[in-house]
Amino acid sequence: MDKELRNYTVQLLQKGKRIDGRGLTDYREPVTVRSGISETAEGSAEVHIGDTIVMAGVKMSIETPYPDTPDQGGIMVNVELYPMSSPQYEPGPPGQAAVELARVVDRGIRESKAIDMKKLCIEKGEKVWTVNIDIVTINDAGNLFDACALAAVAALRDAYFPKYENGDLNYKEKSKKKLPLLKEPVSVTVYKIDKSFIVDPDTDESEVYDARLTVASTPDGQLSALQKGGDMPLTVEDITTMVDIALEKASFLRSKLTGGK
Amino acid sequence: MTYKKRFDGRDWLELRPIEAKAGVIKNADGSAYFKIGKTVAYAAVYGPRELHPKFLQNPKTGILRCYYDMMPFSGIGDRVRPGASRRSKEISMVMEKALAPVVDLREYPNTTVDVFVELPQTDAGSRCAAICAAAIALADAGITMSDIVSAIAVGRVDDKIVADLNYDEESYEDGPVADIPMAILYNSKEISLLQMDGEISKEELARALEIGIQVSEQIAQIQIKAIKDKYMVNNNG
Repeated sequence: MDKELRNYTVQLLQKGKRIDGRGLTDYREPVTVRSGISETAEGSAEVHIGDTIVMAGVKMSIETPYPDTPDQGGIMVNVELYPMSSPQYEPGPPGQAAVELARVVDRGIRESKAIDMKKLCIEKGEKVWTVNIDIVTINDAGNLFDACALAAVAALRDAYFPKYENGDLNYKEKSKKKLPLLKEPVSVTVYKIDKSFIVDPDTDESEVYDARLTVASTPDGQLSALQKGGDMPLTVEDITTMVDIALEKASFLRSKLTGGK
Repeated sequence: MTYKKRFDGRDWLELRPIEAKAGVIKNADGSAYFKIGKTVAYAAVYGPRELHPKFLQNPKTGILRCYYDMMPFSGIGDRVRPGASRRSKEISMVMEKALAPVVDLREYPNTTVDVFVELPQTDAGSRCAAICAAAIALADAGITMSDIVSAIAVGRVDDKIVADLNYDEESYEDGPVADIPMAILYNSKEISLLQMDGEISKEELARALEIGIQVSEQIAQIQIKAIKDKYMVNNNG
């Protein structure tokens, strides 16, 4: 860790300031969500948070259901940290960071029951739809957790089933049937640096934090996934504060989903 | 049966609409966006930077490495599995060979210049779009270049010689098809990428190559404009 950067960041935070002049719980500008960025995907979106850019695409495939849930479809979330997006990343299979991101996004969607899995059933025990959500980084300037989760939900909102008639799957045409999305889970990650709590760290702040807590929540204020990260532990009091901040900022991020088309 | 009218209504030698932009990825030393029809490519250049492992280093010059990759949702059919495939490895290699002749890295011994290309959606011509984007990104990164490289697929669909085949034409089934992706150096008119699959006669090939060289000038103009546009914007603050 860069000690000077850390000290400088902490000093500023004690005065309620940040390196780029934002308030502690302000997101960078702009936060934008643009859907339909890939015509080959069944649904897609590009999310910008400040200089961070991620894309998400949904591909639907027909699979055999799991024996214990013969009438339910499935979802799969994958994150690729492209070497294009940062000098830190190298080509190769997903490492720990990419897998953690994917799993946290997956839980936020899966556990909130955002997708009606039973509506993904084509033929009980035989054929169900699997919703493949791929999230890729174009420019990593910090806060991938929130950006990836937002892009995934935006891509799901944009998704239509491909045409499927008499056992023939035709990817070239979309049906008029939208993906059954019941809720829109959004993730906010709160970072603790020394005694301060911030959201949406930039690249520098991402290197000097003590702990982070990602909170996925639905519009009714229910939490659907949590993930604590970072080297330092948190107190119950910390966690309560962080969840409060996350819930408040979640409605801000959610407003970008509807305004972004 | 003969191919009487192109599926998308274009003239035989007409290219699909093209858009290009330089400097779209802030972290990269150079970057570009290139769109032709429904095929979209992003390119990012990192370097010259130190090359690891060391045994790959060349004390006489820097080296150019290209990485072509389709995003998992960029194919018309099934999801594309992430990670290098046999196809993407071959395309990465031919991209390097297409771009290397114009790139001079002798000033940067022991380094690498890495070009990463990602495609969010494709409709044929993806390696050509990748090369076009990469060339703009290399120029944007300030790499010394002796020429610009433009790439386009030409070929035949049934009895017609065509430029810039789309997916429907590549998969035309009522007659023979030849798909010839090629890269052309703008000033010297030399060809640094040439592949072909399908069926074509020697005479038709010669004509197709001439056409490729001809239409590539339109692409080069768009690439050059993309680089200039970014430079102008920066100058105006």
